[in-house]
Amino acid sequence: MHIVVCIKQVPDSAQIRVHPVTNTIMRQGVPTIINPYDLFALEEALRLRDRLGGEVTVLTMGPPMAEDSLRKALTFGADRAVLLTDRFFAGSDTLATSYALSSAIKKIGETWGPVGIVFAGKQTIDGDTAQVGPGIATRMGFNQLTYVAAICDVDTEKGIVEVERRAEGGVQVLQTKLPVLITMLEGSNEMRRGSLTSALRAANAEITTWNAEAAGVPDVQSCGLRGSPTVVKRVFAPTPRAERAEEIGKPGMSFEELADAAMDEIFARHPTVEADLREFAAGQQEEWR
Amino acid sequence: MTDAPQKKPQPAGGRAGMRKELPEHFKAYRHVWVFIEYEHGAIHPVSLELLGEGRKLADKLGVELAGLLVGGDREELLAAAGECWEHGADLTYLIADPILEHYRNQPYTKALTDLVNTFKPEILLLGATTLGRDLAGSVATTLATGLTADCTELAIDDERSLAATRPTFGGSLLCTIHTLNFRPQMATVRPRVMAMPQREAGRTGRVVEHPLDMREEDIVTKVLRFIADRDSNEVQLAYADIVVAGGLGLRSAENFQLVKDLARVLGAEYGGSRPLVQKGWITSDRQIGQTGKTIRPKLYIAAGISGAIQHRVGVEGADMILAINTDPNAPILDFAHLAIVADALEVLPALTRAFSRRLSVNRLAG
Repeated sequence: MHIVVCIKQVPDSAQIRVHPVTNTIMRQGVPTIINPYDLFALEEALRLRDRLGGEVTVLTMGPPMAEDSLRKALTFGADRAVLLTDRFFAGSDTLATSYALSSAIKKIGETWGPVGIVFAGKQTIDGDTAQVGPGIATRMGFNQLTYVAAICDVDTEKGIVEVERRAEGGVQVLQTKLPVLITMLEGSNEMRRGSLTSALRAANAEITTWNAEAAGVPDVQSCGLRGSPTVVKRVFAPTPRAERAEEIGKPGMSFEELADAAMDEIFARHPTVEADLREFAAGQQEEWR
Repeated sequence: MTDAPQKKPQPAGGRAGMRKELPEHFKAYRHVWVFIEYEHGAIHPVSLELLGEGRKLADKLGVELAGLLVGGDREELLAAAGECWEHGADLTYLIADPILEHYRNQPYTKALTDLVNTFKPEILLLGATTLGRDLAGSVATTLATGLTADCTELAIDDERSLAATRPTFGGSLLCTIHTLNFRPQMATVRPRVMAMPQREAGRTGRVVEHPLDMREEDIVTKVLRFIADRDSNEVQLAYADIVVAGGLGLRSAENFQLVKDLARVLGAEYGGSRPLVQKGWITSDRQIGQTGKTIRPKLYIAAGISGAIQHRVGVEGADMILAINTDPNAPILDFAHLAIVADALEVLPALTRAFSRRLSVNRLAG
């Protein structure tokens, strides 16, 4: 089976700094990583390929430097990498992104064989929207399985997939037909270490690079800024509260005294907290009897 | 995957979304809608929270507020409609069909897009739950309109446009996003971000029923089983009255036990900041912040958490925040109410002792 995994290169969020005066992101020197949620998708795809045969194609859309993430994915064992890059894609929101990606996935299917499963992470760590996966499924007419915790069964003969999907208050066991789009939940598997052979192959691998035309995108007006219905009107730093926190305690106080002072202050400011705690403590005592 | 908040604000022109005039066919779109998440015989609290917020938006616009109820059992949905009216809805659109008994993307997407195309709302809000996020992306893509995820603030600007504010860049800044030239303007909001509105007993409204017009044979995906969570801690953390949380200031996974100890004495839920999940010290269902749980407890104790914006937006609804941090300049002191500037590893056990002493003294005295 041919599997496509959509990944995104994101800035390592732990290292992002905001310029204190201009309120702009200081991108210089911030290392980039594969969106961590995408690794669960990639690993699941590799496992399915190892079990069922076939190929895994990784796909990303981004600037030319996003090639680094694709090469990394190849070291984990992906068979092929496609970079979708074009100035027409710049500034895409989630609707425009799913348009470009789904066009590219169609082209990947035409070029290297029909796609049975498209994988994506549950969301990215920079945008956090979780919208692009469902967008791709809708545009391609694939059955959509989000927040998948486990893939129980894939029957390529019958074209049936069975998964456990995280839902509100429980787990749904769903059965559906290929082709499907699956977004994997974090913790659903553990990323393998890339083999030395994969690493060597990845270092020299040729990464297929497509612009909008090469990817067969039918309408560049639906891409990038022009194809994005949402408009970011303002980016700003949150205003601090008028007052800062009141510091509890005086110099030289012991930790016990500090804790007592904090508790008194909490009870003075929020009497129902004290009442709740008394009730809770009384309930605990009942249980002990 | 590129997401909206990644872009810098662009000057007008060039982009489709910035055209000044709303296209003629969208001008008829009126009213504010809230998708009501109804599952296993109950309305998800986030839907009622959104009715409270939707009421404010509808009043500002001078339009009606509607709740959308879809499900399998008509009688149950009618009862739920009453609950929507009591939380601020003027009417409820209702689609009852056995096909809709359990959530599945395909029939729910059809139900919502049919309702939108028939009744034309200007704003559609959904809870950012696993269900809401699964559904919102499909509905917005099908309708080819804008969708803003995980908003922390919703407002109407001078041009009657929905201003949806959310954290961006991993939570270091906020951005305000508009869908100027497409309708409906869609947004999702996480549970507990908006306050629960006062219930107005006896408040009534109208019901507008609509058919689904689908057969079970048309739906590819089948629900084989539903395994309910034994540990419903997810709901407990978001809705707990007292929450104790730890951050990297705890310095090791073993020290997280100090957070649990205090939580136990207080009958509180415990959680942590995002780095702790990334380090594997706590599970992701215990993460507090923009990408984890949003909480609105009476008391929130944050130990060794610096207070990045993505954490801040998840806890700002707390009545009272006590921050414990060695750094007097930590950002958390900008939004906490009380602070102890000291090592959390010393303060947490002292608090545990102080509370248990106080509560047990009172118990003996009582």
